[in-house]
Amino acid sequence: MSVTMTNSAADRVRAFLESRGKGVGLRLGVRPSGCSGMAYVLEFTDNIEEVDEVFEDHGLKIIIDKKSLLYLNGTELDYTKEGLNEGFKFNNPNISGECGCGESFTV
Amino acid sequence: MALLQISEPGQSTAPHQHKLAVGIDLGTTNSLVATVRSGHAETLADEGGENLLPSVVRYLSDDSIVVGANALRAAATDPLNTVISVKRFMGRGIDDIKTIGSQLPYEFVTRDSGSKMPYIKTIAGEKSPVQISAEILKTLRQRAEKSLGGDLLGSVITVPAYFDEAQRQATKAAAELAGLNVFRLLNEPTAAAIAYGLDSGAEGDIVVFDLGGGTFDISVLRLNKGVFEVLATAGDTALGGDDFDMALVNWLIEQSRPGELNHKLLRELTNAAKTAKEQLTDTEYYQFDLALSNGVQWQGGLNRETFNNLVMPLVQSTLKPCRQALRDAGIDKNNVLQIVMVGGSTRVPLVREKIGEFFGQQPLVDIDPDRVVAIGAALQADILAGNKPESEMLLLDIIPLSLGLETMGGLVEKIIPRNTTIPIARAQEFTTYKDGQTAIAIHIVQGEREVVDDCRSLARFELRGIPPMVAGAARVEVSFQVDADGLLSVTALEKTSGVSSHIEVKPSYGLSETEIENMLLSSFDNAESDLALRKLREQQVEADREILALEAALAEDADVMLNAEELSMIQSALTELKATRKIDDADAIKASIENVEKVCDFYVQKRMNQNIEKAMSGHKLEDFEK
Repeated sequence: MSVTMTNSAADRVRAFLESRGKGVGLRLGVRPSGCSGMAYVLEFTDNIEEVDEVFEDHGLKIIIDKKSLLYLNGTELDYTKEGLNEGFKFNNPNISGECGCGESFTV
Repeated sequence: MALLQISEPGQSTAPHQHKLAVGIDLGTTNSLVATVRSGHAETLADEGGENLLPSVVRYLSDDSIVVGANALRAAATDPLNTVISVKRFMGRGIDDIKTIGSQLPYEFVTRDSGSKMPYIKTIAGEKSPVQISAEILKTLRQRAEKSLGGDLLGSVITVPAYFDEAQRQATKAAAELAGLNVFRLLNEPTAAAIAYGLDSGAEGDIVVFDLGGGTFDISVLRLNKGVFEVLATAGDTALGGDDFDMALVNWLIEQSRPGELNHKLLRELTNAAKTAKEQLTDTEYYQFDLALSNGVQWQGGLNRETFNNLVMPLVQSTLKPCRQALRDAGIDKNNVLQIVMVGGSTRVPLVREKIGEFFGQQPLVDIDPDRVVAIGAALQADILAGNKPESEMLLLDIIPLSLGLETMGGLVEKIIPRNTTIPIARAQEFTTYKDGQTAIAIHIVQGEREVVDDCRSLARFELRGIPPMVAGAARVEVSFQVDADGLLSVTALEKTSGVSSHIEVKPSYGLSETEIENMLLSSFDNAESDLALRKLREQQVEADREILALEAALAEDADVMLNAEELSMIQSALTELKATRKIDDADAIKASIENVEKVCDFYVQKRMNQNIEKAMSGHKLEDFEK
């Protein structure tokens, strides 16, 4: 099982963690919600819990709870610009359908 | 796909519910918009990469409106329809404006005798300062919505500390006109202090030194128990970077002797002076290479010392208001905790040096002085939008375990996920499973597991009186509402008939911390088996639905639609599905369902054609074309 980041995502995560001044890493996850079943969670995290798996990529810790990992295994986190808008994007091989905006998905 | 930002722990928002908030520095000369993305506050640039939006609005004869740099360029050629520095007129009566703006080109009118609200006559009609400011805010709002990819939940807009109630009201009215929800107005010096994080620092007195393009403000703030109080303000409404440029232009004229001056030449000299001033921030020497439009050429150098001598009187003149403000605040300059520098002109090294000398300490200059106010406003907006964890804002309660209801197959559909802050209301639509179904049982459960048996049952109720319809036609909206006290009320409403039913429960009742924790942990321990079970149950429900629908169809018209061979084919597929339905194997059930669908494809088509024929018989084609 693994989850990775592109170079551009890693650069941004590192910068944001630095600007925040604390935190052990980046938490990825899923939770039930929304128009198409599941929604992504993307958060700073200050604690690693017992139920978490920790991956290391580009020298950064990616923390995912075991339950979310089932839905995120093989995912690559990317950072892209679309016009004036910019942000993170999940390239998740597990999904079978997305809502129009891609913010929620089904496996 | 929508692009995501990193949230604070536990603050992830539901899809399409991002709490987008901005801070806006609505300035006299320039305006900016800033936001907090992935925990980092930054100003937002336009398509050309420019962060500063000149606060200039130009009205054209075809009713179109130009805002920003393009409007500013037209200021010289179309002065009557190009409004500069509208902030100076906000909330002022016509009498005030006549005193502050005797040299202004605009033609001011009042609409009726009762109101003193001034309007500026433009080619596109009479425009109030509120309307003109709203155009600037609208431009920034659009830029922010494009940058953030969604509608804004709200904004914090900064105003000078000395703004009175009327001026603040006018600013708020402009924001509303621009379609912005205003969380609150924030004093500019306070915003600058927040940008430096002084609100979470030591209590004491802070001086904010704001030297902009055309105005100078000094404010003394006192931080007490996390709240900034403005102790005193002073300043000069006609002192700023433009005066530094003019001092340099006068020197340039002396040196280069450009001959008879006109507007165009003056603009060329001003641009050259601006460039020199900016260069001399980082270097000790600047080399001019003038080639003016009237053919005059001049080369010459300017070192920082000469520049300092040119602007020294201007810098000195900022100290008098400083003394004034300190006196009004009743504090000694040596007891000031921090000096915050705001405004582009504080980049001039001499300004920093003299202010440092005056207060006996180095001023804070790390954050871009043009952007620091907008950044502070953005940080405040982020908190007010609810993007910060509990500790940093008003105490909010959360739901400890997800709330949901039972669906077919004993599965749980979560309506409100755990850790959602309350109060909250969420609704989801469900439908009937069988033809002619007139009631729906609603079973409310709490927990993180996928199957009802593993969650906690909270309440059950029934929605009755649904008019008989085919399966899937009824639209039952179930809404969950948790009030600030944690009381859950669930309402089911059938939308086509309007029948509804309602129940209230207190979800956290009788649950201890350990029980909640155990419920959470078990959902992690059983994640894999839960997921498999969910898949199986979903396939079983699908199989049941398929069997039910097919049997109903066969009973209705198998005798007329199908020959013996076709019927036996369908029935053997159906029998096989019924058999696999009993085995706990999601993939096998799925395959069987697909098989039935394949075998029945022609039958479904036939039935559909017949239904259409039935519906159309007795009508002409034209009836359907309307």
